[in-house]
Formats: sequence, C-alpha cells, structure tokens
Amino acid sequence: MPEKIKIAIAQGATCSGCDIAVLDLDVELLRLFEVADLTFAPLVSDVKLKDVEAMEDGAITICLYHGAVRNSENRHIAGLLRRKSRILVAYGACAAFGGIPGLANVTSRKKILDTVYDDTATTVNPEHTRPQTKYVTPEGHELQLPELDEQVKALDDVVEVDYVIGACPPTREMNVKLLQVVLDFVNGKAPLPPKGMILASERTLCEECPREKPEKVTVDEIKGVDYIQPDPDKCFLEQGIICFGPATRGGCDAKCIKVNVPCRGCMGPTASVIDHGGSMLSAFSSILRVSGSETALPEEEIQRLVAKMRDPLGTLYRFTLPKSLLKRVVSERPPRKE
Amino acid sequence: MTEEFRPRILVFCCNWCSYAGADLAGIGRYQIDPHFRVVRTMCSARVDPEWIMEAFRLGADGVMVAGCHPGDCHYIGGNYRTRRRIALLRSLLSQFGLDPERLHLEWISAGEAEKFASSVNGFIRRVGALGPSPYRETAARTDGVAAEEAAHA
Repeated sequence: MPEKIKIAIAQGATCSGCDIAVLDLDVELLRLFEVADLTFAPLVSDVKLKDVEAMEDGAITICLYHGAVRNSENRHIAGLLRRKSRILVAYGACAAFGGIPGLANVTSRKKILDTVYDDTATTVNPEHTRPQTKYVTPEGHELQLPELDEQVKALDDVVEVDYVIGACPPTREMNVKLLQVVLDFVNGKAPLPPKGMILASERTLCEECPREKPEKVTVDEIKGVDYIQPDPDKCFLEQGIICFGPATRGGCDAKCIKVNVPCRGCMGPTASVIDHGGSMLSAFSSILRVSGSETALPEEEIQRLVAKMRDPLGTLYRFTLPKSLLKRVVSERPPRKE
Repeated sequence: MTEEFRPRILVFCCNWCSYAGADLAGIGRYQIDPHFRVVRTMCSARVDPEWIMEAFRLGADGVMVAGCHPGDCHYIGGNYRTRRRIALLRSLLSQFGLDPERLHLEWISAGEAEKFASSVNGFIRRVGALGPSPYRETAARTDGVAAEEAAHA
C-alpha cells in the first residue's frame, strides 16, 4: 500500500454546489479515502488557511478549486493552493469559465456596491457606508474583509491550471471518472492525462442528445421555456426553445435534456471555439425561419424576429462571460463637443 | 486632445459581390476615406460573429460587413444567415455597452462601386462622430496593436 495522497477542495466565489457534487460520490468516497487524505476542505473539515500556509510547497497532491475569482481572498486562496498543490483542477463552470458569478461583469464594482448598500428599497444607509477592508474594534481587534475586484475572472486567468472540468456542477458520473483517474495514478496503473480540459467530449451536446432531430432544424419563433410545455421527444430548437446543444461540449450525459430542460451551456464551448456565446449566436440565428419571401423582407422584420430573444448577453454567456472575447461590459463615452 | 480622431474600421467583403464592388470603386477612382481595411471572405456568412468580437477586442472602432443583395447570394442563402446574425449581434453588442452603430451591414453588388464608396464614407463618418471604441483602452493595455499602429503612423 503506497502512502496516501493528499487532496484539497478549495472555494472561490462559489455556491458550494461543487462541494455537494463531490459528496455525492457517496459510497465511492470510501474508495477515495482508501488512497487519499482530505487535507483542506472548508465545507467538511475544520482546517484553517494558516494550516495550509504552514505546509511545504507541493505538499498537496490534487486540489479541486471551485468558484470564480472575484475578490482578494479568492486570489489569495488560488495562489496559495497553486503553490501547495502539484495538480490544480479548475473544477466546475465557475472556476473553468467564470460561471454564474461571472455575470457580474455586466456591471461595475461601484454599481454593485451602490445597489447593495444604497439603492435597494429595503436599505437605509444615510451615511452611505461601504464595507471597509480593515477595521479595528474598540477592544483593539483588527478585523479584515476581502476587497471586491472590478472584474470576475476564471481560475486560469489568475494562476496556472493543470486540468479544467466544466459543468455546473460536475455530474456524479464525471466525478466517478475523475476518481478513477486519481486511483489509476496513485496505483501506478495509468499516467495522468495531458493538461487541459478533461472528462468531456470533443463533440457538441447535440451528438449525444437522445431526442429526435429532423435532417434540418429550423426555428419558427423563439419561445420562452417558461411559457410552453416542451415535447419530451422533439428537439428543443425545433420547438422554438433556445437550447445550447449545438455550441456546448458534450460529456454531461445530456442530464438536463433527459428531464425535459434545454441545455444552458454549463459545459462551456468545444475546443475549436473561443467565444461560447458567439458560437451559439451564429448557430441559433442561422436557423430562424421567416414566413414569406426573404428578398422582400425589410431589415426591421429581421430585427423583430431576433428581438424575441430575451437578454441575449445573459442567455448567450450565462456561464462564460469572463472567458468571452469581450470579457466585460463597457460604456461609450458621451460624444465630444467640438 | 488636439489630435484628430482617426477611426480604425474593418470591412468584411464577400468575394462575389461586395469585393468586386470595392474593386470597381477603385478602378472608378471614387474618393474614399482611407481609415478602413478590407478583409475578403468567400461569403458574408463566412464572417463568424467571433471575428467581429475579436476585432472589437483588438480595438476596432467599427466593423462593416458587406454582402450580396438578398436573392443574389452566390451560395443561394448565405446572406440570409448573415442578416440574422448581424441583427442579433447588434443587440448583443449594445448590451456589451457598444453603440450598435459600430456594426454595420450593407448589401453591395459587384456593380455598385458608388454605393461601396458612399457607404464606407458614411460609416467612417458616423463612427468618427461616436469617437474611439470603449474597448480600445483595454486593447491598448493588453496587447501590442496600438504600438504597432503607432509604428506604422
């Protein structure tokens, strides 16, 4: 029996769903703990950051980091675990692409703080107090809060990452596969896979989708999934529902599709695409059908057709805004007076 | 700022109509504002929305896509896809904070040299009035495009 490896589960800007996804290994966890010790996992064990700081560099074999990077504490934890871990995994959509927290890039740090500490209807804050990063209590204790960053980032924008695992959260099947990779590595049965995206397909979700697909898919009218009862066997796009299948990596076993929910893209884009939203925009808008003659169609009609898509940015970049080409929202300067 | 603003404009022209129109505009010696660069693609539908966003990321102030008139596409329906993509991309770009005027779609046939000249001139004038793209600052910080531009100037 070789010496046990050390694993860590670190948190960034996260909902902790990824922690739960790991716990969801249930009986498989026993196989994991036969070969591994959990050294740092704030959700399940009481190990402090200073204990990790005291470790030697590279002492942790594998660290799963989940959550985006959006404040000084996230950056500190990311940097620290990078130093202490031999293998760092960006685990889940937030660490991989910025995820849902990445949608904060549609606004600025100042606007977020203004909304939270001033503008909401239930807030009374006549002195416009904002959180301070340091505060010394009358008793002399120094208290610290992390500082919010201007922009949300994915883990590999901040530190070097060995493996990327998408999905929100990674499925149990993916975790079992990941466990097998770890076990094979520990027992010397197989070398580690090459760096980069792992546990995912190189094809799109449409390839593994169990639904009936016509030869040529067309969308007559964009419909919200909240307004109709989707047919459980027909292609979502064919029904007018925006489904991210054509632009999203497979590998999730089409879990959402199987329970009649369209794909929202948490596995991120395929390797040949940089911009997930742009890829989906291209695929989706190309199949919009118009009634009547295309040549006689005024441009306004096309505008009306695409305007049915509510919130294009939030829909197209639900999980990948920080990894998109434009990364964040900007504002035009007011025109210069001549 | 005393220096006159020179917009950076990228024009995608399809091989069969608009590029020929641009060519004819050159032969016809139409006066065109020089602040634009042309990229020829086989069809306007070949212009991936990713390319347009990449252009803005690198600091383009405006992007124009020119293709065949509806009904004239060399590939029957390429331009129908283009017009949908551009329409959706314009609303996406305005959510990103860019003025949707910065992305322009124009149908230019192989014979419409004058239309090529006037639409490019008009586009450059409109983008010039909008001022530099807000993504220019991030572009200048992150890569050497601005420096390269300065070296050529």
